[in-house]
Amino acid sequence: MSRTIDNFESLTAVVKQAVVSLLYRLADDELIIGHRNSEWTGHGPILEADIAFSSMAQDEMGHAQAYYQLLHQLGEPDPDTLAFGRKPREFRCASLVCLPKGDWGFSVLRQFLYDASETVRLTALGDSSLVPLAQLADKLHGEEKYHLMHGRSWVLRLGHATDDSHQKMQSALDYAYPHALGLFEPTECDEPLAQAGISPREEELKRQWESAVAPVLADAGLTVPEGAKPLYGGRVGRHPDALKELLDGMQLVYNIDPTAKW
Amino acid sequence: MPHQSKRTKQSEPGAQATGHSADKCRMSNIECRLPDSILPFDNRQSTIDNSLLSAIWQALGSVTDPEIPVVNVIEMGMIAGVRIEADGVVIDVTPTFVGCPALDVIRENIRAAVSAVTPAHVTVNVVFDPPWTSERISETGRKKLKAFGLAPPTGQRSVGAMPTLERTPCPYCDSEDTDLESIFGPTLCRSIHYCRSCLQSFEHFKTV
Repeated sequence: MSRTIDNFESLTAVVKQAVVSLLYRLADDELIIGHRNSEWTGHGPILEADIAFSSMAQDEMGHAQAYYQLLHQLGEPDPDTLAFGRKPREFRCASLVCLPKGDWGFSVLRQFLYDASETVRLTALGDSSLVPLAQLADKLHGEEKYHLMHGRSWVLRLGHATDDSHQKMQSALDYAYPHALGLFEPTECDEPLAQAGISPREEELKRQWESAVAPVLADAGLTVPEGAKPLYGGRVGRHPDALKELLDGMQLVYNIDPTAKW
Repeated sequence: MPHQSKRTKQSEPGAQATGHSADKCRMSNIECRLPDSILPFDNRQSTIDNSLLSAIWQALGSVTDPEIPVVNVIEMGMIAGVRIEADGVVIDVTPTFVGCPALDVIRENIRAAVSAVTPAHVTVNVVFDPPWTSERISETGRKKLKAFGLAPPTGQRSVGAMPTLERTPCPYCDSEDTDLESIFGPTLCRSIHYCRSCLQSFEHFKTV
């Protein structure tokens, strides 16, 4: 067991930098998937689906804000500046969350793969030696369970509903899976974070995620693409063009006058 | 997130009943978390502070969630701490759902209500220590939610297990012959259900 770290002040410089990096990855994933979720508001195939994605969008944005707030405590800019004032290359989200919302099947499948990764991550971070992070992770975990329940039920339903739905879900999985593996892109922060007991290594989280999603995908009659290669780059600021398009829209109003009071 | 100050007095309703020292309370909010029915009185503190604390708790009792206007923030278990410090009054609020859009309104309403009973500067912090769970809603709070037509959270919060939403008891007729209609509802903290017994839809405050 690692020693408990009660507050950010007692972090060494190297570990503090690693925590900042980790928080950017967590926050940016949440903000961007939250924005993608919000693209279903008013467009869901049925009312409940629309409401679900709108609620999840609110949750994810709130979670992003909470992580940005921790970053702010660590000396980074305030949450609004972080969300609206950064360029695409400054974001540290994985490519999975950047991809356009696609069709309904892709959106629910992406959501399921992402929520399963969050569950794995938040479970681990709930035991983090870094107390402020462990407390937040524990809180978010309770809310994220409902997202995973939602995604899983849609994946199971559409995997078996009709030949057409099955085929669409399989294509969505073939396309999304390498991007999903990219959620666990190793970084130079892995070692300091693991050694301080703050977060497990990405490789370890990936293994847990694979064993969490495999049985559900199998139940849905879907085949995990064999030999899928992870698509990395997001954690070092290399993103699909879709992120720039998303940010151009999301940041438009803010950038007209960043000093405006709302 | 530690709260440190040269002169800190912390109170939770009924904290005196356990005989916790003020120091112990300062180290951990969780240790002095207690039911919400009693107003604070601590004979180790001055009469002036006690009467102010009592007025603050009464003021907090008038603040509700704008989306659930029948239950106050104390009954919801959202007040994590009240302290009188050298430079003002500090209220720690632990949010029900982190992304709750009502949170800013609630914070402002708390600040306004407490400012009405003291000229001191009032700070309202959002904290995750202790993290809010649905177990923090008091018995009175649960009864009020039910009377409002909102089925209170059921069961125990369990970190590993998935929540149960099937067979949530109907707030109108108490039947458990109910179906889950949607995991998400009109606000992100609620799910939608249908009662086969009294044939009404109802909402449920989710267990987190």
